[in-house]
Amino acid sequence: MIKVEHMTKMYGAYPAVIDVSLHIKKGEVVGFLGPNGAGKTTTMRVMTGYTPPSEGNVSIAGYDVISHSLDARRHIGYLPETVPLYLDMEVSDYLRYMGQMRGMNKAWINERLPAVIDVVKLGDYRNSFIQKLSKGYRQRVGIAQAILHEPDILILDEPTIGIDPAQVVETRALIKELGGEHTLILSSHILPEISMICRRVLVIHDGRLVADDEPANLSERLRRTERIEISVRGADSVSDIISSLRDLSMIVDARRDPSVAANRGSVEGVIPLLIDARPDQEATENVARTIVEKGWGLTNMHMIPMSLEEIFLELTTDESLGE
Amino acid sequence: MQAMVASLSQSGSNIWNVAYKELKTYFSSPMAYIVAAAFLAITGFFFVASVSDAFSEASIRGFSAGAIFFMIFLSPALTMRLLAEEQKLGTLELLLTSPVREVEIVLGKFIASFLMLVIMLSLTLYYVLVLFRFGVPDTGPIYTGYLGMILYGATTLSVGLAASAITSNQLVALVVGAGTLTGLTVVGFIAERLSGTAAEVLNGFQLGSSFQTLDVSNFAVAQGGHFADFSRGIINFGDILYYLGMTGVFLLLTVVLLQSRRWR
Repeated sequence: MIKVEHMTKMYGAYPAVIDVSLHIKKGEVVGFLGPNGAGKTTTMRVMTGYTPPSEGNVSIAGYDVISHSLDARRHIGYLPETVPLYLDMEVSDYLRYMGQMRGMNKAWINERLPAVIDVVKLGDYRNSFIQKLSKGYRQRVGIAQAILHEPDILILDEPTIGIDPAQVVETRALIKELGGEHTLILSSHILPEISMICRRVLVIHDGRLVADDEPANLSERLRRTERIEISVRGADSVSDIISSLRDLSMIVDARRDPSVAANRGSVEGVIPLLIDARPDQEATENVARTIVEKGWGLTNMHMIPMSLEEIFLELTTDESLGE
Repeated sequence: MQAMVASLSQSGSNIWNVAYKELKTYFSSPMAYIVAAAFLAITGFFFVASVSDAFSEASIRGFSAGAIFFMIFLSPALTMRLLAEEQKLGTLELLLTSPVREVEIVLGKFIASFLMLVIMLSLTLYYVLVLFRFGVPDTGPIYTGYLGMILYGATTLSVGLAASAITSNQLVALVVGAGTLTGLTVVGFIAERLSGTAAEVLNGFQLGSSFQTLDVSNFAVAQGGHFADFSRGIINFGDILYYLGMTGVFLLLTVVLLQSRRWR
C-alpha cells in the first residue's frame, strides 16, 4: 500500500530524514516512534504529498507521490499534528467543505456525514462553531475530516498531543477502532500509546529508521542486558551474595532491590535481588548453580522483560546501557 | 477524452467549492462589510464632490477616480485573509494534501474576492441613477467606466492575493499588496521625470490611478495609465490586454508561491 524507497528529505543543508526505506501493507497498523524532531512529521508529509522527497521514491497505492500526486492523495486521510481547522466555520459545514475538497459528491457527503459524526461522538456539537470547541473536541473534528472520504490510508500525526487525559483515553480507543478498517499510520513520542494501538513499530531517530518490528519482538531483539529477579534464603549477608554473583563473567551488576521486597512482601531471612546480565550467556543457569553450590536457597527466580520505554531510551540515547 | 472531461468538471467544482466557501466567510465576518462600507463612503464623497458644482458634468469620472485610487488599499484588504489565514491555521497543509490543484485553490479564492468587488461596484449603480434623475449623462463613459473598474479591480485583487500567499500574517499581506499597487501607480510619476525607452516602459506599467485624485478640483487628470481611456468612453484593446495580462501574471505568481511552499 505504501512504499518508501531510500527516501531522503533535506531542508536546505539540514537532513530531516535520511535514507528511509519501508513497505506498509494493506490493513497494517503502524506506529512511528521517536522523540520530537526525529523526522516523523517530515516522513508523513512526504507520504501525503505535501512536500516532495529530496531523493528516493515514495508511492501510495501504486501511485508515485510526485508524478501521480493527485491519484496518490485520493487514497489518504491525513490529520497533521497542529489539527488545522477553520475556526469560523460550523463543524458540519467544515466537514462538508473538506469532503468536497477530497472529491466527494453531495450524495456521498450526506450519507457519510451523520455516520462520521457518530463515530467521533460529535453529535451535540455538529452546529457549533469550531472556535468554541475544546482541544479534545477539535481533535475529533480533525479525525472526522480524515476519515470522512473513506480513505484506504489514514495518517495521524501525534493525534493525542495536548488534549486532556480523560479525552486521551477516548481518542486512543477511537483510533484503535479505526485501525480495524484502515491502513493506519500513527506517530507518537508516547510509548504506551504505540504499543497499545500498533502491531508494528518503526523507531525513527535523528532522521533514520533505527528499528522496525512488532513491539514484543523489538523488546526481544534489542535487549542488550537481561534483567533477572531472584530471592535468596540462608545467606549470612547481602554482600556475600552480591560478591559471589559478580564473580560470574556474564553478570554486569547485582544489587538488593527494595522495590522487589515491597512488591512481594518481605519474608524473614529472604533477600530479594536484581541482576543485570549480558544476554545469551546462560545467565540464569549460572546464577542458579552459584546460589545452590553456596548452600543457599533459591526461592524465586524470573526474567523481567524490559519495557518499550527502556528500549526506546536505549535506542535514542547515545550512551549504551550497562557500561 | 471522457477522462479529460471528468477531470475538467472536477476542477470546475473544486474551484466553485473554494469560491463558495470564501464568499460565505466574507458575509459572516465583519471585514467584508467594513471594506464595502469604506468603499461606498469614499466613492460617495468623490461622486458628490465631482457633481455638486453649478456647471459640473453629469459623469461618473469623479467617482471612478476615487474608486480606483482607494482600491489600492481596499483590494488587498479584501484578499489579505484568503491565503495568509490558511497558512496561519495550517489548513493549507490539508488543502495541499487533498486531491486539489494549487491553481484551483487560487482561482476559487480569486473568484470569491472578484464577486465581492462586483457586489460592491453594483451598489454604486445608485450614483448612476442619481445622474439620470438630475442630469443627462453620456452613457458611453459610464459603460466603459464600469468595465474599466472591473478590469482594474481584478488586477488589484490578483496583486493582493499574491501578497497573501507569501505570508501567514494578514497585516503583512495588506502592506505588501498595497505597497506593490502603490508602486505600480507611482511609476507614471517617475516616468514623467525620465525620457526615452525607460519612460515608455514605465508608463506602460502605469496601473491607472494617480495621486492627483486627492486634488478634488481636478478630476480630469486623476485617471492616467491604462484607465484614462476607459474613463473617457474609449475601449482600447491594449488596455484590456494589460489588465487581463497583469491579472494572469499575478495569479500565476500566486500559484507558484503556493507550490514553492512545498519545497521549503
